[in-house]
Amino acid sequence: MKSVLNHDTVAGIDIGSRSIELVVLNPDGLLHRSKTSTAFDPVGQCRRLMDGVIGGRFIATGYGRRLFAESFRDIEVSVITEIQAYALGARFVCPEAMTVLDIGGQDTKVISLSGAGKVRKFEMNDRCAAGTGKFLEFMATALQVPLESFGDFALRSDHRIRINSMCAVFAESEATSLMAGGESPENIAMGLHMGIVQRTAAMLKRVGVSAPLVFAGGVAHNPCVVKLLEEELGQAVMVPEDPDMVGAIGAALYGLNGRVP
Amino acid sequence: MAGSYDEMWEKLNLDVEAHTGLLEVLGKFYGDIYMSQQGRLRGMEYLDFVLSEVHGLRIKELQDAKAQGKKVFGTFCVFVPEEIVLAAGGVQVGLCAGAEIGTSEAEKVLPRNTCALIKSFVGFKLGRLCPFIESCDMIVGETTCDGKKKAYEIFSEYSPVYVMEIPQMKNPADRELWRNEVMRFKNAVEDTTGNKISAESLKDAIHLTNERRRVLQRLNRLRAAVPVPISGRDVLLINQVSFYDDPVRFTAKIGELCDELEDRVKSGEGVAPKNTTRLMMSGCPMAVPNWKLPYIIESSGAIVVGEESCIGTRNTRDLIDENAKTFDSIIDAIVDRYMKIDCACFTPNTERLDNIVRMARDLKVQGVVHYGLSFCQPYAIEAFKVERALRSAGIPMLSIETDYSMEDVEQLKTRVEAFVEMTK
Repeated sequence: MKSVLNHDTVAGIDIGSRSIELVVLNPDGLLHRSKTSTAFDPVGQCRRLMDGVIGGRFIATGYGRRLFAESFRDIEVSVITEIQAYALGARFVCPEAMTVLDIGGQDTKVISLSGAGKVRKFEMNDRCAAGTGKFLEFMATALQVPLESFGDFALRSDHRIRINSMCAVFAESEATSLMAGGESPENIAMGLHMGIVQRTAAMLKRVGVSAPLVFAGGVAHNPCVVKLLEEELGQAVMVPEDPDMVGAIGAALYGLNGRVP
Repeated sequence: MAGSYDEMWEKLNLDVEAHTGLLEVLGKFYGDIYMSQQGRLRGMEYLDFVLSEVHGLRIKELQDAKAQGKKVFGTFCVFVPEEIVLAAGGVQVGLCAGAEIGTSEAEKVLPRNTCALIKSFVGFKLGRLCPFIESCDMIVGETTCDGKKKAYEIFSEYSPVYVMEIPQMKNPADRELWRNEVMRFKNAVEDTTGNKISAESLKDAIHLTNERRRVLQRLNRLRAAVPVPISGRDVLLINQVSFYDDPVRFTAKIGELCDELEDRVKSGEGVAPKNTTRLMMSGCPMAVPNWKLPYIIESSGAIVVGEESCIGTRNTRDLIDENAKTFDSIIDAIVDRYMKIDCACFTPNTERLDNIVRMARDLKVQGVVHYGLSFCQPYAIEAFKVERALRSAGIPMLSIETDYSMEDVEQLKTRVEAFVEMTK
């Protein structure tokens, strides 16, 4: 990692439970973006990700933000929460965004923005990871479907069934009994997706859903979640080209511009 | 302090080994949260001392009082009128309910989805870990919420429990009920202590508790200064200690602390920079050693300047009228003061909404953190109305629901930090 004394160049890094994203920005735009898994060594993974990247100051966000600041004392690091990072990042990928949804590896965040882009209200899931990426990953493994194609798999269902449990352990037993009753794995997968979407929609409704809604985080790659969410909310859901990067982009923007007005 | 009180603890039938472990954990926790603070008042040394002797010297004082024939009354709620106990020459102490301890013991007799406060006092009892509970001649329960109400039935199988019925509305009939309950309690306290309560002894007791309320009101006025001269954690601790320290000594010591605070305010000295985000906490009580949320808030670039809570202003806001002369009118004054308590167990409870908004404005806070213990329905449900009332006053609120465990600290930090970012 080479640090250059160019204050117009800022790096944002989002250290999540599943993955780490890095972007480098200057006032002209994005200079660099990269991503790796968090694995069991977040600091080492950050170091590898930063290797050869030229950035000035760093803004860290995500659950590993403090760890990052403490581990890289030789570079200038500030920290902001994921809430602020996603609020800023969402406005970058969609300048009119009014609501932000982020479903990550272990938490779900919903943010309602003011017209100026300020965080007006936010909600996060509580300590349990029910209804987050972790839940989908767990259930995909239980149904022996690769996580990347789990959404497409669910979309092949021929009818919709309800799965009531959002706890991974209970949901697995519910899925097992449904399978024993002859239900197809595609339909069970659909039921699990519906459960997540209902839970997420309830959270969104608590903060109020104004359009446009930006859907960020790893779970935004899942086409079934997006489709069901649009049905449930009765409005379009905007998924940015690289939904995982929104937090890191927001962090870098914070470094470039400071907070939103 | 370990060692010197072992004999006393054994006599109280504590599980001495587990209790020593508890004190070690408590000491470390206190060190991390309290002793690490910069620029604390000299007067806080008294609180440090009281806390380091919480299960030692204070228990010895209670034992000495008992040896002289005094009776000890333990409580869990600001509704229990301490004036009655004091007027009968008794000692009243708030009981341990703020630690995650004896949970597995408590869960043998209570459902898992019971609030942490109830589990804690049952756990303290079943685990034989609280010398206060073991020192009590009477434990006074109350019918504030269903959880406590039913838990006291179980608790009474292990300790001498007396339950006061708390009205749930504020109609004339409810006041009548409460007056009868105060009189019934008076008789029970007289029976237990063997002492008659007179108008004179009640007046003295009222003066004593009012003085303690006044000194805490003074503390609350002084701490509201800009820059903030004392941490919210320290003020919470003072409020917590007010429930079990000797009232005369406590009032004198906090008076001295307030003098020091006054000098600090005059010289414009603070424990945090002027522009630090000012927040207020509102909701469920935080009993010793429940310092989790204020610690998280004050580690996230904000400072707590008010506690709208039973261990806070709900306990100190209203004084008892000291002008009543006859026995009956003094009892009426006590009854009227306690009927002003704006606990979420009442319906409707609009006074609380007004009090919160007024307090938030007076303290010039940038936000309110509403604290609900998991499974505490009255406060959890009322949080919705509190948020709406604050929102219409232009004050943002963050609703936190948690318990005594540390597993969600990181998630809470993210929420609190994001809330602080929002207020800037």
